[in-house]
Amino acid sequence: MKIIVLVKEVPDTYTERKLDLETGLADRAASEAVLDEISERALEVALSFADSNDAEIVVLSMAPESAAATIRKALAMGASSAVHVADPAVAGADLGLTARILAAAIRRTGFDLVITGNLSTDGNGGVLPAMLAELLDVPNATALSSVKFTADAVSGTRNTDDSTMRISAKLPAVISITEALPAGRFPNFKGIMAAKKKPFETLSLADLGIEPNDFSVAMSIMTAIAEKPLRTAGVKITDQGDGGTKIAEYLIENRLV
Amino acid sequence: MPDYPADSILVLLETSSTGELVSSAPGLLGAASLIGTPIALAVIAPGQAQALAEQAAASGAERVLAVDTNSTQSQLTIPYVDAVVAAAAAIAPAAVLVSNSIDGRDIAGRFAARTGAAIAVDAVGVSRDDEGIVAHHSVYGGAYNVDSAATFGPLVVTVRQGAIEARAAARPVALEQLEAQASGAASATIDSVEAVAETSSRPELRGATRVVSGGRGLGSAEKFALVEDLADALGAAIGASRAAVDAGYIPANHQVGQTGVSVSPQLYIALGISGAIQHRAGMQSAKNIVAVNKDPDAPIFEVADFGVVGDVFTVVPQLISELAERKR
Repeated sequence: MKIIVLVKEVPDTYTERKLDLETGLADRAASEAVLDEISERALEVALSFADSNDAEIVVLSMAPESAAATIRKALAMGASSAVHVADPAVAGADLGLTARILAAAIRRTGFDLVITGNLSTDGNGGVLPAMLAELLDVPNATALSSVKFTADAVSGTRNTDDSTMRISAKLPAVISITEALPAGRFPNFKGIMAAKKKPFETLSLADLGIEPNDFSVAMSIMTAIAEKPLRTAGVKITDQGDGGTKIAEYLIENRLV
Repeated sequence: MPDYPADSILVLLETSSTGELVSSAPGLLGAASLIGTPIALAVIAPGQAQALAEQAAASGAERVLAVDTNSTQSQLTIPYVDAVVAAAAAIAPAAVLVSNSIDGRDIAGRFAARTGAAIAVDAVGVSRDDEGIVAHHSVYGGAYNVDSAATFGPLVVTVRQGAIEARAAARPVALEQLEAQASGAASATIDSVEAVAETSSRPELRGATRVVSGGRGLGSAEKFALVEDLADALGAAIGASRAAVDAGYIPANHQVGQTGVSVSPQLYIALGISGAIQHRAGMQSAKNIVAVNKDPDAPIFEVADFGVVGDVFTVVPQLISELAERKR
């Protein structure tokens, strides 16, 4: 089975994350870049399947050239090879263009199953898995909190806001997984050494036959950006035996009860 | 084919597994009424459209298009996408509004990809300017406000649940049937559905106007009951930090934060929560934040409007009895 796992480099949420107010793009220098935790979990689903089955795992990422080291971590964890779409023209790509680029790279690589995280920690969009499934003309099985493989299908539990479903999809398919699934394994020394020799393909948009500035395609564009004034701390008191009363007074004063 | 207003906004009505309109619908219709004429789409089992149309009209739907189908019970996503495609073709909307729920995101994503429409996700508001529809976003945990718009064509918008305060005035019920051609696109199969049993009469966390959250500082699952007591005294929903969820005090669907639910209530009370950046990302857009924590240096105090450095087990019971006193 050939599994493509989508991985994403994101700004570390433990540090301050910034957007450039001129360009509206993520300020990648402002915070440390890490492999998104949900990407690691998606990779872990593939790796644990490959532990006892015959599977080729390709990690795919669309990111600036500087993200190569982050993508290599996925190889050190155990993926077989990596495909990195790195092209200056993808900076600021909207979801539609991103989906078209990734779908083209997935088609080019070939797949039985695509695994993604349900939501990235930076964009928080959560629509890409379904967009990819549509463009690839395969089923989407999203937000899985458990995953089971059979020879020609994948199944799992899907928790929506008000129900728990059991769903299944014939392969090829696109699935997305939630953080209910196990965290990614740590790369060991052997894995880190082996990662250096694994195939690592870097692609441009020309390689994929994608024209990024095709204005006949509808795009979503950023029209304004502003930094929100930081929330300032209000009153802080130390409990002198009347802390609860003081909160009650605050709530009443502000008509919150 | 009836005429539709030029400023039609297509709103996909989401229903629960039992066929009821979900709580995000009035907000979606309210948002649509700010930018045009709300036309609702119900994708529902035959015979149920009338009841749903009445609920939607009460929340401001000018018209309700109903696609009768049983296939949503066995096929994931695709029947909805096919219905939205048919409705969009019929009314040529300026925007398509869908709830930013797990199902809504899938439907919006596939619809945008299929029709080549621009998509804006997790909007906290919508407006209209000279050039069309604008979606407003709050990104990086609320640190930035960003606007987005389509270069041309309809903008597909997934709207964050509970983010829209606007409500549209009730309209007379106007229900029309719509035929949706099945695309035949490959879909996942729904093998079984179990409604998540509502275990309490407490408000739902998503979209709640008041939230009381507890963290690791509560110390145990038994003592977490204090959070529930205060929530009940205030008629609030119950939230939790990831630490409290990881420690097993409360199920994961109560987790507030980057990887849980984002809330924007009128009142957010954080009990024994240190306020890691991931937690703050999910709650700092609350109108009023109250925090109680033993540690005077806890980062939660940086965003709290009213903070009490103290022991939750003495402060909160006192607060509860004060509230009870006031009610009498």
